[in-house]
Amino acid sequence: MTESSTIAISLKDVTIRLGGRTILEDFNLEIPAGRVTAVMGPSGAGKTTVLRLATGQLRPDHGEVWIGDTRVDRLDGKSLGRLRRDIGVLLQNGALFTDLTSFDNVALPLREHTKLSESLIRRLVLMKLEMVGLRGAADLYPAELSGGMKRRIATARAMALDPKIVFYDEPFAGLDPISLGVSLRLIRDINGALGTTSVVITHDVREVARLADHACIIADRRIIATGTPDELAASEDPLVRQFMQGEPDGPVPFHYPARDLDEELLLQEADS
Amino acid sequence: MSTAAPRTALTAPVRELGRAVLFLLTAFSRMRFGRRQFAEILRQVYFAGVRSLVIIVISGFFVGLVLTLQTYDTLTRFGAADAVSTVLALSLFRELGPVLAALLFAGRAGTSITAEIGLMRATEQLDALDLMAIDPMERIVQPRLLAGLIALPALVLIFNVTAIVGGVFFAVFLMGSDPITFWSNMQSSVELVRDFGGGLLKAVCFGFVAAWLAVWFGWSARPTSEGVALATTQTVIATAIAVLILDFILSAFML
Amino acid sequence: MKSSHQIELTAGIFLLLAIAALVFLALHATDRGVVSGDSYELTASFSNVGGLKPRASVSMGGVTIGMVESIDLDPETFEAEVTLLISSEYDNLPEDTSASILTSGILGDQYVGLEPGGSPEALADGDRILITSSAMVLEQLISRYMFNSEGEGEE
Repeated sequence: MTESSTIAISLKDVTIRLGGRTILEDFNLEIPAGRVTAVMGPSGAGKTTVLRLATGQLRPDHGEVWIGDTRVDRLDGKSLGRLRRDIGVLLQNGALFTDLTSFDNVALPLREHTKLSESLIRRLVLMKLEMVGLRGAADLYPAELSGGMKRRIATARAMALDPKIVFYDEPFAGLDPISLGVSLRLIRDINGALGTTSVVITHDVREVARLADHACIIADRRIIATGTPDELAASEDPLVRQFMQGEPDGPVPFHYPARDLDEELLLQEADS
Repeated sequence: MSTAAPRTALTAPVRELGRAVLFLLTAFSRMRFGRRQFAEILRQVYFAGVRSLVIIVISGFFVGLVLTLQTYDTLTRFGAADAVSTVLALSLFRELGPVLAALLFAGRAGTSITAEIGLMRATEQLDALDLMAIDPMERIVQPRLLAGLIALPALVLIFNVTAIVGGVFFAVFLMGSDPITFWSNMQSSVELVRDFGGGLLKAVCFGFVAAWLAVWFGWSARPTSEGVALATTQTVIATAIAVLILDFILSAFML
Repeated sequence: MKSSHQIELTAGIFLLLAIAALVFLALHATDRGVVSGDSYELTASFSNVGGLKPRASVSMGGVTIGMVESIDLDPETFEAEVTLLISSEYDNLPEDTSASILTSGILGDQYVGLEPGGSPEALADGDRILITSSAMVLEQLISRYMFNSEGEGEE
């Protein structure tokens, strides 16, 4: 029992195919509760698929997806909706609603899912905006915000209903060093202050080292390594080494699978 | 393979239509009304209706003007210039008002609905709603469908009034026709239910089809800039064709 | 970007404008079937109705007082049976009122013209107008004129 209570999310023997391609195969992952876990891997390895499985947007062809004691892949629409209120998701570019102000963006989940009075909603929203340091930007529209600010507003929106789990999908992509520092601190603060289970999906190895308690690397349709960032950095596995060190060639080849170059050039000459 | 290719070319549009119908049924099956939903519908009436007002008023005025000019010229040869208001009112109420307003609506409001929803998909706003346990069908699709249903008939009425104003301007102020004859001829030849009501029924149908196609093409657009651009073009083409075909069918039923 | 308050207000004004357009067009540009309020029915038989159509107007002294409800052929007498709908406002038409089918102008529509008689009794709902004169058909008119003038020439 103690074992299951400390695991917030688990995927068991999951296989999923999308568009004829197998994304994950016999995939096993356990994410501990109340910690910051990084899910890493090269682009296209299926990191975002893990997020979509955990939120029930995708269903596995085979295997089980659990959040706490709930089996996600068996839920109907209504219970899935109830589950999602306990999950905050920060999508890659924030995905703020462009026709609403920052304030209304953060207020939307509260207005939709609670029956709180407007004055109480106002106080809650201002608190969330204060938390991300953008209370002053409450009346601005997303078009008037920088990329980093948009993501902070989106973080406030994801936190609006005080979820138990927060997913961050590529929270560092395309941020300047200052915004990046702010984002790192924010994720740590949210985790520290509220004990929220945080899952950071990223390929930024250096940031993970500064942030995560726990990390895992997805490649080749499965988890190739798990552990603390330090353990991963010290790994002798060639695939892990290539990813952690950022080497251009290794077990993950630089070249997309193709015919031999000489052969193709010869063919072209023969054609002409 | 040679037999499979023409078969898919034939079945692809039918499948697309089937998907669009299923989409519509889903949207209606999840219909929910609340105070907030009404506020959202009103907002969408603003975006679809009020923002099309300028183009509708200007086009309406000039359509009325040119229609009167042409028929006045022809009817004078038969000494029947008095019938100009009859021709104007009947052609406006029964055909030109609903059809032209629907085509302008597709160009102005339909495209912006498609582009808006297509971009919402591209920027993951629809995903974000879904993840917040807010149904995008209820939140995004339904208000726009219902707003089209309300906004187009309203625009057709305004179009008709401005077109008649254009006709009065030409016939009465420029040509010096008798305003009393103008109005009384119009009144005695236009039937409230058959001509005027029939035109309004057409407007409701066109508004619904225009909003449906606009929402559908936005919803099913590939989430890239080319995808959204293509979907916007498709909205205009599909709405124009659908409105003209539907116009023929409805006219045939009404006569 | 406008505030949501302004947007709702503008949308409301827009809809009011459309309703105003609806009322204006319904009142000023359309025919509410001539007879809008209460009405009663009269029938009249004509040997020939010419180009008279249902919904044509019925007038007395140039004032429209009703409309043609229906035109049927009586299977026994082979006369056209015309049902007229007269506005209840005019419920005191004399019993010996006569009906004739007239044409407004050379190319105009045909209508039913009523000519009042002198009887103190009034026509009631469902009554029949006994004195009728049929539509003038141009061909008949021409042939009659030619026949008559030939006859005169012989005398």
